[in-house]
Amino acid sequence: MAVRKPPITTREYWAPGHAACAGCGCAAALRLATKAFSEAMEEKYGDPNAFAIAQATGCMEVVSAVFPYTAWKAPWVHVAFENAAAVASGVEAAWKKVGRKGKILAIGGDGGTADIGMQALSGMLERWHNVVYLMYDNEAYMNTGIQRSSSTPYGAWTTTSPPGKYSIGEDKPKKWVALIAAAHQIPYVATASVANPYDYIRKMKKAAKIDGPAFIQVQCTCVPGWRAPPEKSIEITRLAIETGVWPLFEIENGDFHNIKIQAPGGGAKVKREGGRVVAIEFKKPIEEYLKLQGRFKHLFKQPEAIDQLREQIKAMWKTLGVEVTLPKPEE
Amino acid sequence: MPIRKVMKANEAAAWAAKLAKPKVIAAFPITPSTLVPEKISEFVADGELDAEFIKVESEHSAISACVGASAAGVRTFTATASQGLALMHEILFIAAGMRLPIVIAVGNRALSAPINIWNDWQDTISERDTGWLQFYAENNQEALDLILIAFKVAEDERVLLPAMVGFDAFILTHTVEPVEIPDQELVDEFLGEYVPKHAYLDPSKPITQGTLAFPAHYMEARYTVWEANENAKKVIDEVFAEFEKRFGRKYQKIEEYRTDDAEIIFVTMGSLAGTVKEYVDMLREKGVKVGVAKITVYRPFPTEEVRELAKKAKVLALLEKNVTFSIGGALFQDFSRALINEKEKPVIVDFILGLGGRDVTFKDLDEALGIAQKALAGEEFDEVNWIGLRKEIL
Repeated sequence: MAVRKPPITTREYWAPGHAACAGCGCAAALRLATKAFSEAMEEKYGDPNAFAIAQATGCMEVVSAVFPYTAWKAPWVHVAFENAAAVASGVEAAWKKVGRKGKILAIGGDGGTADIGMQALSGMLERWHNVVYLMYDNEAYMNTGIQRSSSTPYGAWTTTSPPGKYSIGEDKPKKWVALIAAAHQIPYVATASVANPYDYIRKMKKAAKIDGPAFIQVQCTCVPGWRAPPEKSIEITRLAIETGVWPLFEIENGDFHNIKIQAPGGGAKVKREGGRVVAIEFKKPIEEYLKLQGRFKHLFKQPEAIDQLREQIKAMWKTLGVEVTLPKPEE
Repeated sequence: MPIRKVMKANEAAAWAAKLAKPKVIAAFPITPSTLVPEKISEFVADGELDAEFIKVESEHSAISACVGASAAGVRTFTATASQGLALMHEILFIAAGMRLPIVIAVGNRALSAPINIWNDWQDTISERDTGWLQFYAENNQEALDLILIAFKVAEDERVLLPAMVGFDAFILTHTVEPVEIPDQELVDEFLGEYVPKHAYLDPSKPITQGTLAFPAHYMEARYTVWEANENAKKVIDEVFAEFEKRFGRKYQKIEEYRTDDAEIIFVTMGSLAGTVKEYVDMLREKGVKVGVAKITVYRPFPTEEVRELAKKAKVLALLEKNVTFSIGGALFQDFSRALINEKEKPVIVDFILGLGGRDVTFKDLDEALGIAQKALAGEEFDEVNWIGLRKEIL
């Protein structure tokens, strides 16, 4: 009887026993990332272990490396919140100098990347270090207890963007770090989602095999931060793709004219011109994504805020070169 | 054969780095230390130093990259000053806590505000609690030698702490002096290759570095940094002795000059020690019993040596280019701590002077001497005295 090959290596680098919440989307993102990295290293260097990880302070660091335990089966170093990219630069330089073959994976959350770590990230990308930077985007400072970051979407409740008499919740549009990274004209930038693991693994492997810097921004749920049931994590992130909230794209060498868009599914109609996606007609309203999360609950009392969010999403897609239609829920 | 070249302390520091053969250097320009990475980048560009030179976007990233490289198991070096060192502050604690033997050359410079690029010691003094070893150079030769010594001490398995070597902004960084450059072969024998047993990022032996520690373990981790600082005292003496044997130049944690029958001993650091030695020579000719003690090693603090020194004088006059507000200078605290439980102890008079590049003249030292002599005579004196203050513009 034929045995079916598993879709990804059974090797584990993010081992069981870490202390992440049940249903943590980011834990899944890290586990898949390291597996994909390992496969890429095996294919490129013949050594599945030829990588090291430099990680920023954040929930994924705190849950994985509590002395005297570790969840990491790969060489791993954590220094501080804002400097994973700079630390990775140093590790990469050292490896280069001692002639060690392999690639460095830098990992940071949205706070450690979009905000306090932005400068170090830009420096690392601009200097062309052979590093893949993975931004796991759970859209707020979850490690310190759900405060807004610049990656928090418009309207979201956080403990520092509470809705109130004079507040809609977070009042600024989400900052898209992937686009900022792409502006460095680095070889590879992509967004990904834990709800589309095949796409995510493909992108991670591609990034890992490139000589030079790459950046991947993966959306992943935070159960307490999004006020969502643990068993709905993947469903929610899938809805983010299917409703147009979370675009899946790739930008190579900073070529904004040839952004590759991955099909969103969920019945969306994709229009192409000369192979390029130029328009998407989404079928599922963003309300389907929003309603599963307590962080957006208050928006349903102010539908104009949801319309505002819809406009922001359209504008973001426009930057990607895609005209989108975002339906309203049927009355 | 060692060669002698006329050079600035910044160049001496770059030469020291070249001789130590670090594999990774990450640096960001800042006055007055900019020439250090400039010179190193030339060495690398000319193939005279086989290292990765990372042109980082800030001092914070310079030290972060050094931590990454050191965690990966290679010898690393950087240079900075003042605001740059202050920007590194957070990571300085981490480098020490992770026990990474990084070496930094610091052109000692004042801190803002007001912005000021000239010399005092506030930058490194402010980092005295980070766990880093601290050496202070009197001249350009010492800047070179102490960097080599710093690597040797830092990498000793009984120590494994990062180290900084300070040399005064402009007074040394931009002043040319003859410096003896030791033979590469001898330096190689002295330093050896750095082979870490505790910090490496090797896929065949994966380890986790820089973990979180709960209250059950944090204190013990901090204690090991304390212990390593204590161990460093002995190691520094050994390394000084070995350095003298190999290179013929003698170093001591506290270098004494004409202290034997001194009633008043001036205590200072860095290039000011040279000025005060001259001043003491002049006073000695007039029959005034004064001497100088130069602090070469500030962290670990040479408590035992201070106690020995204190036995020699009736008054210790501390000349400090730094301030701890409401206290005086940092040395004042350190000396008070070292001597407080001694049965017999000298009077300590503290002088704050030369901040932000203000010249310290013999006239200033006369003013300090006058106050120290009052203390010697049992008259009333202020424990903390600002010397050379322009009261008319206050």
